[in-house]
Amino acid sequence: MSSKIKSLKYNGKWDFSPSIESIENLSIQKEYQLFINGQFQQPLAKKYFPSINPSNEQQLSRIAKAESEDVDMAVKSARVAFNGQWGKISGKERAKYIYRIARLIQEKSKELAIVETLDGGKPIRESRDIDIPLAAAHFFYYAGWADKLEYAFPNRFPKPLGVVGQIIPWNFPLMMAAWKIAPALATGNTVVLKPAESTSITALLLAEIIKEAELPPGVVNIITGDGSTGNLIVNHPDVNKIAFTGSTQVGKSIMENISGTNKRSTMELGGKAANIIFEDAPLDQAVEGVINGIYFNQGHVCCAGSRLFIQESVYDVVLRKLKDRMQSLLVGNPLDKNTDIGAVNSKQQLATIQKYIDIGVKEGADIFQLNCELPKNGYWCPPTLFTNVSQSHSIAKEEIFGPVLAVQTFRTTQEVINKANNTPYGLSAGVWTDKGSKAFNLASKLKAGVIWANTYNKFDPTSPFGGYKESGHGREGGLHGLSPYLNLE
Amino acid sequence: MILDLKTKVDKLGVEDRVSRITKRSLKSEAKLQGLKMILSMIDLTTLEGMDTNKSVEQLCYKATHLHQEFPDLPNVAAVCVYPNMVKTASNFLKDSKVKVASVATAFPSGNSSLEVKIQETKEAIFNGAEEIDMVISRGKFHSGEYNYVFDEIATIKETCGDKARLKVILETGELGDYDHIRLASEISIKAGADFIKTSTGKIKPAATLPITLVMLEAIKDHYYNTGKMVGMKPAGGISNSKLALQYLIMVKETLGNLWLDKHWFRFGASSLANDVLMQILKQKTGVYQSNNYFSKD
Repeated sequence: MSSKIKSLKYNGKWDFSPSIESIENLSIQKEYQLFINGQFQQPLAKKYFPSINPSNEQQLSRIAKAESEDVDMAVKSARVAFNGQWGKISGKERAKYIYRIARLIQEKSKELAIVETLDGGKPIRESRDIDIPLAAAHFFYYAGWADKLEYAFPNRFPKPLGVVGQIIPWNFPLMMAAWKIAPALATGNTVVLKPAESTSITALLLAEIIKEAELPPGVVNIITGDGSTGNLIVNHPDVNKIAFTGSTQVGKSIMENISGTNKRSTMELGGKAANIIFEDAPLDQAVEGVINGIYFNQGHVCCAGSRLFIQESVYDVVLRKLKDRMQSLLVGNPLDKNTDIGAVNSKQQLATIQKYIDIGVKEGADIFQLNCELPKNGYWCPPTLFTNVSQSHSIAKEEIFGPVLAVQTFRTTQEVINKANNTPYGLSAGVWTDKGSKAFNLASKLKAGVIWANTYNKFDPTSPFGGYKESGHGREGGLHGLSPYLNLE
Repeated sequence: MILDLKTKVDKLGVEDRVSRITKRSLKSEAKLQGLKMILSMIDLTTLEGMDTNKSVEQLCYKATHLHQEFPDLPNVAAVCVYPNMVKTASNFLKDSKVKVASVATAFPSGNSSLEVKIQETKEAIFNGAEEIDMVISRGKFHSGEYNYVFDEIATIKETCGDKARLKVILETGELGDYDHIRLASEISIKAGADFIKTSTGKIKPAATLPITLVMLEAIKDHYYNTGKMVGMKPAGGISNSKLALQYLIMVKETLGNLWLDKHWFRFGASSLANDVLMQILKQKTGVYQSNNYFSKD
């Protein structure tokens, strides 16, 4: 490839006009309450915290903060429900409720997508085409398992655990709630779920859906608050299991807290995935996979392909294609149907990302950022990549959780396996090659829970998801996602 | 000649990319601008056994008088006819900016001798064709005779010289896998094609978005390697504005600004122009008009 050729230009000639999703018929309440025992109720201490739209920094709503007595009430109502009607009905009956929830999510998908975008900053294209459909799909899928548990685990007499505490992150608010609630209900448990502080609203809309689906009171309780509320759930003596998705740091502290108790756990934690491009790969599609791998949802994805390994012989051409492809990414108003990259979820997260970008520069890596105009208000980070990165750079070692890619090179298969596995994480990886045998070889050597070949960030409720090493334990999705919610003999 | 056969194409990946492109939303000013661009890029085509001098003249009249009420709209890029109609078309269009394109080389099958193909090309150019749309020899391609295919294109290119731009039709509907389409694109480009074109319009499937993307990527790689631009022409099956706009968005996001020009991108179509006109009037007036207001040929 000649280096003299001018870079292609992608903007300024025929730019898209704004195409904004209408929010005219949308009503977001001024204040959201706790959902306990089938009712929305005020927190006993009457404390609330704001939920901010990260794309304009305006307050969307006020969210109830659950404290000790509220958490206790939620756990008690879950226990009563478990010991009462919910524990007695058949799997077939449970399935009917779960199907109903799935259908209601589909019916309200547009409203849910818009709220998800307003509250979390992600592009409407993603919430409309990925988050909400996958949330519904997860309920549909696990509804199907509810009356077939004896067949899923023959001769092992599956029994529910009891009350499960579930704590979910802010990157896929509704989808994560679905990943947690659907298998718990299918297996006959009752739930106390806490969404992340910055993105509570769609979980509370889900509570409305659950109410509309006439799920018996107390089967699902959704309480809101910050980390301290999460802690109260984790340490509540009458909770049988903690299912957590979030940072490795918090995951470790939860494990410390529940050690010595009978509580079971599923941890879905951080990642620093390797996305590996071999010289025989379909390069244009690989580049697209890299884009989807790291810039999807502003890089707020635990399985984001944040480390790119390119075989040296195709390094120049891949990098050139990557930079050109980045030029057609549109950063801006998340409600615009053409937006590819929305707002960073919170001020705090933007500061974290910025800190790592500064470290990358300070440690001597070469930075490349999309040269685009960013909105004046809100939290924004343009798509960023670093070249001249080595294994020992902080940006290649630590999870950034933002649209920042660290690019490295390799010469041989063994070398890239070593480099890819040289991390405390092990959630996901991507392999790009035209050779099937190479893909299978890598899949068996890479220590990661999910390995995509010639694609990236593909999710399906039938497929188990989860990590190795410090990326967590337990699986969500598929048949594997049932057993963490069951006592098996 | 050494062909670079290393480049691989992943079918699912191509189709994923296409589905993302088709989700772009075009509104107001950008839509109008896109529609006008499409109009200026159309090769208005008639390639029928029943073509007559009169019917070709009617088409030429249409090409130069697209819509009387809006004289600011661009005319189409070219009129594309069989070689025996070139004289008629070029007589009619000699004072306009609309170019005359002619299919040649035993279109649509290409099953003839090289001598006949050269002769046909020469005649078309002599009679006034400014663009030649040739077909590649698919039979030779499938028997692995890539050098034959290359040499044939190179010879026709030599025949065209600087008198006519050469569009090379791959007839993708007969090539099968995307890997084949990629290879045929590379052969054509390296043999000197000014444009690569999907289809004759006689075989189904004709142009599709994924096939066009594969070809655009071959063009991009050639540009990366040499700095030389090659044009693209999807043809057949593009009959409505929405689809044509998706093609244009694909060009914008794959090759960028330089290719958003009739010199580098064309649509081979017969009924597209009317739909584009209807949409432009809708954008301007806010209402759809009956298709009876738009002349068929």
